[in-house]
Amino acid sequence: MATSLEVRTQPGTPVSHRRPGSPRRHRLSRLDVRCSPYLYIAPFFVLFAVFGAYPLVYTLWVSLHEWDLLAREHPFVGLANYSALMSDVDFWNSVYNTLGIFVLSTVPQLLLALWLANLLNRQLRARTFFRMGVLIPNITSTAAVAIVFGQLFSRDFGLVNWVLGLVGVGPIDWNASKLSSWIAISTMVDWRWTGYNALIFLAAMQAIPRDLYESAAIDGARPARQFWSITVPLLRPTIVFCVIISTIGGLQLFTEPLLFNSGTNPIRGGPLRESQTMTMYMFENAFAPNYNFGYGAAVAWMLFALIVVVAIVNVLLVRRAARSS
Amino acid sequence: MSLWKGTRLTYVALLLAGVMSIFPIYWMFVVATRSSDAMGEVPPPVTPGGNLPGNLDRLFSNADAHFLTGMLNSAIVAGCVTLSVVFFSSLAGFAFAKLRFRGSNALLLVIIATMMVPTQLGVIPLYMLMTDLGWNDRLQAVIVPALVTGFGVFMMRQYAAQAVSDELIEAARVDGCGTFRIFRSVVAPALRPAAAVLGLLTFMTTWNDFLWPYAVLNDPENPTVQLSLRALSNGYYQDMSQVFTGTAIATLPLLAVFVIFGRQIIGGIMEGAVKA
Repeated sequence: MATSLEVRTQPGTPVSHRRPGSPRRHRLSRLDVRCSPYLYIAPFFVLFAVFGAYPLVYTLWVSLHEWDLLAREHPFVGLANYSALMSDVDFWNSVYNTLGIFVLSTVPQLLLALWLANLLNRQLRARTFFRMGVLIPNITSTAAVAIVFGQLFSRDFGLVNWVLGLVGVGPIDWNASKLSSWIAISTMVDWRWTGYNALIFLAAMQAIPRDLYESAAIDGARPARQFWSITVPLLRPTIVFCVIISTIGGLQLFTEPLLFNSGTNPIRGGPLRESQTMTMYMFENAFAPNYNFGYGAAVAWMLFALIVVVAIVNVLLVRRAARSS
Repeated sequence: MSLWKGTRLTYVALLLAGVMSIFPIYWMFVVATRSSDAMGEVPPPVTPGGNLPGNLDRLFSNADAHFLTGMLNSAIVAGCVTLSVVFFSSLAGFAFAKLRFRGSNALLLVIIATMMVPTQLGVIPLYMLMTDLGWNDRLQAVIVPALVTGFGVFMMRQYAAQAVSDELIEAARVDGCGTFRIFRSVVAPALRPAAAVLGLLTFMTTWNDFLWPYAVLNDPENPTVQLSLRALSNGYYQDMSQVFTGTAIATLPLLAVFVIFGRQIIGGIMEGAVKA
């Protein structure tokens, strides 16, 4: 879904009805022609309004109230929830974790995907096999991935520590520190999404006209140079698209860190909240055991704002980077 | 056809990427066939063992996980959502691609924009809404909000625009067909390939969904399969071979779909990327 989001108008069917019939039938068919399109697209808009847009907007309303599940009254408190957030150490910790995991996962993921796509964009035997190979992690459920990687990264018998032990690196307690738990969680995310992004990049690469490369080759540009001065700039819209999608998804990270932290209170992301993301913090406040909807809703809107800001910053960065290369 | 030949290095790198992709899944199946001691072995086992029947037995009788209920619930949810998404997306996609109506371009832009909205952040009012409807802990709470998606409508619109001929539609109209009849007899057959891909993608996404079911299905006896997995892995005492048997069984339907339809799924993802 990348390259450009312009909408092309297709020549539609003329609405004139040619067959003469009874006036009643004629009126019915005119009604059919006029109303059917709206009827057909209505389900999406109704559903999105009720279960998508309304909850999101209503979140803002809830966030302006002292809103407890069990309390009968929910008094309007203005921005009190937000100002409480500003001095809430655990909230800022979750912002820090979210951004840290986001950067650690997204940057290597997109670079690796670009490289993989470049490899896949060659004359290959067993093409479908390799494409399926890189996409297979994406069809595994997030919960299963988190559980399996949780074991791979376990301190005592994990495969990762075993491999590190072979090269002389002592066992790492991955859950115990911020950075190590961020790395473990980012690995899960990257494992699942790199191949998917690679296929998106590959699709865009295949749409680049061949003669651009041919004339560059005649001018003496080597493949590496061709990659940076033809492929990457022409891939810009797709890269922007992938960056936006990764930003929206990456900043809302929830399942991986939740399942990575088993134990008494996994929603906290570890005993010292080492890997609690903003979505987890929203859950911790809004649902069991606190059921403080107002405070949770304020976290949700802060996250929404963060997503918008980070998406804009990323798009600007990508634009500038692609222009200078 | 591509310009460059794949060198030996290309194949080595791609094989390595493939191994990295497949290994965790393979290892999941290995542990699922072994006893719970497997986790403590050094070096870790990488070949299947003979404990699968015993693990399956304990998995399905696990009192906390309600694994069988979870599988059935997920099948119901993913099945309903898939059928509905395919039907309503085809209908709306057809309308956007082939019918003339006022505001169609603007409305299509709205649909594209909704794909960028993090609706997950509305989970709190959505939960309140479900409480008001009395749908908490019930499957309709996870089915109904997902019945049609912006992604599905957009994907079907893109496909319908090039796959359905205007002449056929016009001819059917002249023959006196109503719009729905045209959809049923002319458009739907032509949309079948894209509908299949959309169905597969929707099934996989719904089967794997975690956050919203986790929020709204709080009754441990009525989980989706992902919630069963979470209950399994979050137990006080972790029997990893049993947990991995669970993740393996829960992944199996998706793997089967992927092995059979992998080519179509890849085609769908890549075409979606170019056309949008």
